[in-house]
Amino acid sequence: MHAPVTRPASPGAASEPPRRTRRGGGYWVYLVPSAVLFLAVVIVPFLMNIAISFTRWSGFGVPKWIGLDNYRKLLGDEIFWVSFQHNVALILAMAVIPTIAGLILAAALFDYIGRRFGSRTASALRAAYYLPQVLPVAVAGVVWGWMLHPSYGALNEILGAAGLGSLARNWLGDPDLALATVMAVMVWFQLGYPVVIFMAGLQRADPALSEAAEIDGASWWRRFWHVTVPQIRPEIFVVLLTCTIAALKVFGPIFVLTRGGPGQATNVPAYFSYQNFFQKANVGYGSAIATVLALIIVVVTFLFLRVQERKP
Amino acid sequence: MTSLSLRRETAQVRAARRRAPAAGAGPGRWAVLAALVVLAVVMLVPFAIVTLNALKTPAEYAANGPLALPGGIYLDGLVEFWNRVDFGRKLLNSFLISASVAVLAVTLAVLNAYALGIGRVRGRLWILVLFLMANTLPQEALVYPLYYIAKEVGLYDSRMAVILIFTVVQGAFGTYLLAAVLGDFPREIIEAAAMDGAGRWRILWRIVVPVSRPTLTVLAIFFFIWTWNEFFLPLVFLISNDNQTVPVALGVLQGDKMMDVTMSSASALLGIIPAVVFFLIFQRTLTRGVTVGAVK
Repeated sequence: MHAPVTRPASPGAASEPPRRTRRGGGYWVYLVPSAVLFLAVVIVPFLMNIAISFTRWSGFGVPKWIGLDNYRKLLGDEIFWVSFQHNVALILAMAVIPTIAGLILAAALFDYIGRRFGSRTASALRAAYYLPQVLPVAVAGVVWGWMLHPSYGALNEILGAAGLGSLARNWLGDPDLALATVMAVMVWFQLGYPVVIFMAGLQRADPALSEAAEIDGASWWRRFWHVTVPQIRPEIFVVLLTCTIAALKVFGPIFVLTRGGPGQATNVPAYFSYQNFFQKANVGYGSAIATVLALIIVVVTFLFLRVQERKP
Repeated sequence: MTSLSLRRETAQVRAARRRAPAAGAGPGRWAVLAALVVLAVVMLVPFAIVTLNALKTPAEYAANGPLALPGGIYLDGLVEFWNRVDFGRKLLNSFLISASVAVLAVTLAVLNAYALGIGRVRGRLWILVLFLMANTLPQEALVYPLYYIAKEVGLYDSRMAVILIFTVVQGAFGTYLLAAVLGDFPREIIEAAAMDGAGRWRILWRIVVPVSRPTLTVLAIFFFIWTWNEFFLPLVFLISNDNQTVPVALGVLQGDKMMDVTMSSASALLGIIPAVVFFLIFQRTLTRGVTVGAVK
């Protein structure tokens, strides 16, 4: 679902090898296959999508040019704004909460469990947290769709059996609960990713610093906050960035769990554009939504990279 | 990759040093362990409950609830779901698509990274930014034109269309990653081969590819799994039953009225099994790959 993290490639920054005048150049032919495919699969469709967003089009016949009308409509469309609010909620569930919880869990596993109970215990726990991440996100949706089914769902049955039947709810069917339920499912799905990345970061961090602070009598919490966290700042940024982008793009879980409903209670821009493309035959409007979503993702990525650069 | 594993080793050595028994381990340590174990159980409970109930009859579920152990191993739900959706066919589709993408995308990425990382063609930074953008863009911003073009050229509802699209998207990401790796490729080896009269094409396939094989393997595994897990584009492009992938077939049938409670559970289990199998097979490479380059 998300790309693995990687440091930004900076080929320009490395020192240039000595120019071999005779053999230099000509490597570009190796880019030709990609260039052709890239043009056909990414560039042209993306430009077409932008062009379509200025038209009214049902997908058949000739698109009718209407200038900025779709964007004007978008700004006044309550569903559009609500769907973006849901995106913000999902950023909380998929990026912010897993990052914070992941930091605490990774530090506890690495620093505490690893030291006192051995690294095998820590690895086993890490694997348990990571397991949901290996599922296709649609399958995670199928699992929870079944667990939360209003008439036979396991969760309500278990609550009933435990004498807590009064807590049973129509988790995905109640407009007041559906978004919170989807958020909870996404926290479950996402949590293992930061745990694994942060534990790897902690292995890289220099233990001498933390040990020195411990000798100086710093509490665990102070060492965690002032020594450990700054050392794995690159990992934190990468996790926040990739998870935020994933949350902005979220489609599969919404499709499988709620189809954006009940009403608009869990609609998100990705699903809203899908509805316009393939259910309502408002292709122009769907394209406008998708274009705005793309723009937001690019801006968010840019802002993240700027902030990251400014940090020491 | 060599420098990476070296770095890992030093990290492990350090980690081992740090795991020396800590002084003053208080009694509270059991409380911390208990809390973490409880969380692990919560994370795993859905897997356990799905498995448990996939093996029950609907009557058993109704009578004893989701937590009771099944009276016997009842496979009818699994078998009937398998036959009804022709699940073997879905597995085959998913496998064909994912394996093709893995091979083709790695090939594209190698060609690109050779030009960018070793050939250092002009404007490589911008080319990389462009490739990375392709991976960042939401697929929704490409889907309708792709759908339209595919219909025009007769590739709609074909596995080929999905293979092509994911080859480009995954290959773009692979380029970004590989260009950095090949940028560190030892120049002496290439220059020595060139001295011996090897052309660029030969150097690429006889030297660069074999030396980078561990990295390429990790990439291929990732591409395979990511493609397996994809949902949105396969949902749009693969509408006929014969072409659907595993996640699409399961996602579309979720909550289907024709399925009883334990058959629904069986369908979820059939989605889980391949993913967990891949995880177990690739675990070592996977955990290494997840963290590749997270290191600064």
